[in-house]
Amino acid sequence: MPQLDFGNPLIIAQIVWLLIIFGALYYMLTAYALPRVEGVLEERAARIAADLEAAQAAKSEADAAMAAHREATAKARAEAQSAIAAAMQQAQAEAAKRSEELNARLARQIDEAEARIATARDQAMGALRQVSAETTTSLVAKLGAKADAKAVDAAVDRALAARAA
Amino acid sequence: MAAEGKTIDALGQFELKTVLGPIGEAVGFTQSSAHMLLAVGIIIGTIMIGMSRRAVVPGRLQSLTESLYEFIADLVGNQVGQHEGRRFVPFVFALFTFILVGNLLGLLPYAFTFTSHIAVTFTLAFIVFVLITVVAFALHGKKFFGYFFPEGAPIWLAPIIIPVEVISYLSRPVSLAIRLFANMTAGHVLLKVFATFVVLLGGLGAVGPFIAILPLATNVAIVGFEILVALLQAYVFAILTSIYLHDAVHLH
Repeated sequence: MPQLDFGNPLIIAQIVWLLIIFGALYYMLTAYALPRVEGVLEERAARIAADLEAAQAAKSEADAAMAAHREATAKARAEAQSAIAAAMQQAQAEAAKRSEELNARLARQIDEAEARIATARDQAMGALRQVSAETTTSLVAKLGAKADAKAVDAAVDRALAARAA
Repeated sequence: MAAEGKTIDALGQFELKTVLGPIGEAVGFTQSSAHMLLAVGIIIGTIMIGMSRRAVVPGRLQSLTESLYEFIADLVGNQVGQHEGRRFVPFVFALFTFILVGNLLGLLPYAFTFTSHIAVTFTLAFIVFVLITVVAFALHGKKFFGYFFPEGAPIWLAPIIIPVEVISYLSRPVSLAIRLFANMTAGHVLLKVFATFVVLLGGLGAVGPFIAILPLATNVAIVGFEILVALLQAYVFAILTSIYLHDAVHLH
């Protein structure tokens, strides 16, 4: 077997060449080739990490914006609700005032009317007494007697009082 | 040199011959060394061309280079430790690629398989052996000798345990070297024997070529198998080196 022919000087030469060539391979790998590979791999890892970070930042930003939006919506809703409530209250107050005024006016008018009616009745009653007295005087005159004005007035008063009672 | 004089010459392929005329003769530069140089050129060339664009999204050659690097980095990282293993990655990478390309180159027609020479495999294994011993001494000093006698073992077992451990430690480079050498040599002898059968049977008159198809088909299958062996043996060499480095760094 040629591999076991250790007397062959080429075997020793082969070992020497192997050491030189393998050493050169190791040197080239450590000095040039592998740092390049490592550099690219690290660069890629860094880039991916940076992208992930950016995505994370964007997400938190979006979350914050969403929260702000939600808050603003809630605030606007509350404001609108309070505005509605205030308007409602105001309107109610106004309506109450107006109805109160109206009631007062109506009551006043009613009072006035009642007063007018009362005076009218009093006038009418006064007129009625006069009419009664005149009627009585003329009736008595028809009967052929001279009516005593005082007696007639008294009689009419009595009759009216009895009617009113 | 297929079948000179109708005999099977399976070992002639391993003969060392100087190349480059008188210069090669003067410095003992053989076809074996030429193939080593070619392997180194292929390794460095692949990496340099593959990584020349430094693309974030890699092309084919860059992907190949990167996955090869990550494969070795993971292998060493898992065995030795992610942090302690980092500085051994280039060495294991050099070993793995050198053996792998050497094995695969040897499968090409007319090529020489330098990993089928025990002088080569033993030199590589011896480099590993020196490295693990130096690393173990540098990291642990005298405590390294504790490796040969595990703590807590009964003292009367020392005469048995210590020789066993020492022999097993010393046999590491031998087993590394012989495993690779034997696998490569056996594969190439087998290929050569069946190839010779093809030639010998092919010369047997009218039916010869038809019978010769059998060893030819066998050879095709063996080539496929040898590609597997080439990958596997490079892997075995690299992982055993990593395991030895683990022992050197952590002492068990």
